[in-house]
Amino acid sequence: MTATTTAPVAAPSVDTQKRQPSGRIRAWATRAPLLPALIFMIAVTQLPFVATLVISFFDWNSLYPDARSFTGFGNYTEVLTDAALRKSVWVTILLTVSVVLASLVLGLGLALLLDRKFRGRGLVRTLLIAPFLVVPVAAALLWKHVLYNPEYGLLNGLLHYVGGPQPDWISNTPLLAIEASLVWQWTPFMMLILLAGLQSRDHQQIEAARVDGASNWQVFRYLTLPHLRRYLELGALLGSIYIVQNFDAVFTITSGGLGTANLPYTVYQTFYQAHENGLASAAGVLVVIGSIIIATFALRVVSSLFREEVSRA
Amino acid sequence: MTATAVQARPSTKSADPGPRRPKGRGLGLVAWLAGIVFFLPIAWMALTSFHSESDAATNPPSFAAPLTLDGYREFFGTGGGASPWPSLINSTVASLASTLLVLILALPAAYALSIRPVKKWTDVLFFFLSTKMLPVVAGLLPIYLFAKNTGMLDNIWLLVILYTSMNLPIAVWMMQSFLSEVPVAIIEAAQIDGAKLPTILTRVVAPIALPGIAATSLICFIFSWNELLFARVLTGVVAETAPVFLTGFITSQGLFLAKVCAASLVVSLPVLAAGFAAQDKLVQGLSLGAVK
Repeated sequence: MTATTTAPVAAPSVDTQKRQPSGRIRAWATRAPLLPALIFMIAVTQLPFVATLVISFFDWNSLYPDARSFTGFGNYTEVLTDAALRKSVWVTILLTVSVVLASLVLGLGLALLLDRKFRGRGLVRTLLIAPFLVVPVAAALLWKHVLYNPEYGLLNGLLHYVGGPQPDWISNTPLLAIEASLVWQWTPFMMLILLAGLQSRDHQQIEAARVDGASNWQVFRYLTLPHLRRYLELGALLGSIYIVQNFDAVFTITSGGLGTANLPYTVYQTFYQAHENGLASAAGVLVVIGSIIIATFALRVVSSLFREEVSRA
Repeated sequence: MTATAVQARPSTKSADPGPRRPKGRGLGLVAWLAGIVFFLPIAWMALTSFHSESDAATNPPSFAAPLTLDGYREFFGTGGGASPWPSLINSTVASLASTLLVLILALPAAYALSIRPVKKWTDVLFFFLSTKMLPVVAGLLPIYLFAKNTGMLDNIWLLVILYTSMNLPIAVWMMQSFLSEVPVAIIEAAQIDGAKLPTILTRVVAPIALPGIAATSLICFIFSWNELLFARVLTGVVAETAPVFLTGFITSQGLFLAKVCAASLVVSLPVLAAGFAAQDKLVQGLSLGAVK
């Protein structure tokens, strides 16, 4: 028994063999501080997911606990053929892509503005960060009641002064209403990351290009933008992780109505209101599969950033 | 490549710095305008919270209406209605306790990953990050069923554990990047002097990495304070958090506009204050230390 446990440890390098047994003890001493966090994460995040996976193969409505039965992939076929659920997949993609792109573009514009020196720059920066620091539910309430309300909301109030129309924003363009509130919240985040990127540019290089007669656009296109690429990727990645999972805005502004239910909201509704445990789990597993696809791409981006940092050190 | 692009242009623009100045000022004005537009909803929310309900619900908006504290009196329950205090206290307890637990777990882990690299340490780091990409909804149902069967439903400590798992990956990543800046020589010197891990962490590493640890704590606190989905599903009457209390306003109509504004502002205040105080650290932390 000892032989089998030693073999894989000693095999990779001759180095550890020489220092045994103290080498192995030291190896464990090195790993030990890592273990509590690792065990905690596995217990709290991986175990429930395994349970979700198991439940997804059962036909199980919590209102009829005795009628629980194994259905194999039954829940999955039901989820995939359900028109409402397929729609929520589409809504999730649309919501994530549009919000991430819009906030990246706006954030880039604002970061470029703030990169220049002007009077009161610190104060403007603080004003611009504020939307990101409002509690998400509070921000959603603000947009729903204070801005969008057709009768006394600020948007229609301002339109009134110019004699414009008085639309019912949430009823007319529900998804756009949610997207606008999310873009408002996430633009500051993108701006902050891109501003950090702009300020880490090599200014000597830019000066040199200017002396050579490069125009503002040429400096931006051939120096700034390539340098910002990693920061844009990082912003898009982190933004997607959070916006794919968005629940607060959808729940608060439309309660998933008017065709705005995204996947997290649909899963929540399927088990919390419809009590369909098996169906909700299958939908949850599909969300995970989608996320894994994004994540494999995303992790590659992060690891390239990360390698760069290690090589710099 | 850059050189050719640059040389293609004749250098007639050398006298540029002078005429460019007014254009710079114009862009400064554009920045100011953008700042005001983005802040306007918050400013309007603050103003409305100090209006009476009837002044709040007018079209066109009344900018010069008299100010009153009625919205805040209503929100804090002194004008009738449920008091938000239990939910504010629950949020404070859950956020602070989980932040503390995150620090206790993440500090040694980040230490192992940055100062004494474990074999395959990047794999371990990526495992932590990958849990962040596991959507919350993927584990919500089993956690709900578990809580229901063990009587943990509507219990603030269940939220503490879940918030810890939510923030631990970010904290390990952030602190790993902050701790990497601690010179290894100092730690080795302490080890030669016979210092054990807890002493090294508290006496040597913590003081140097303190700003980073503070930033990490701040971000964990903010995320816990903001969280809605777990709290909404797993708490009810006793353990209700501030965001769940806010969801009570989802269907409220114009009669309570000042109250909604006061509530949103009060609940956001800790996050706004903390975020303004640590703007730079916030970026560094939110980008997992990748942006310095």
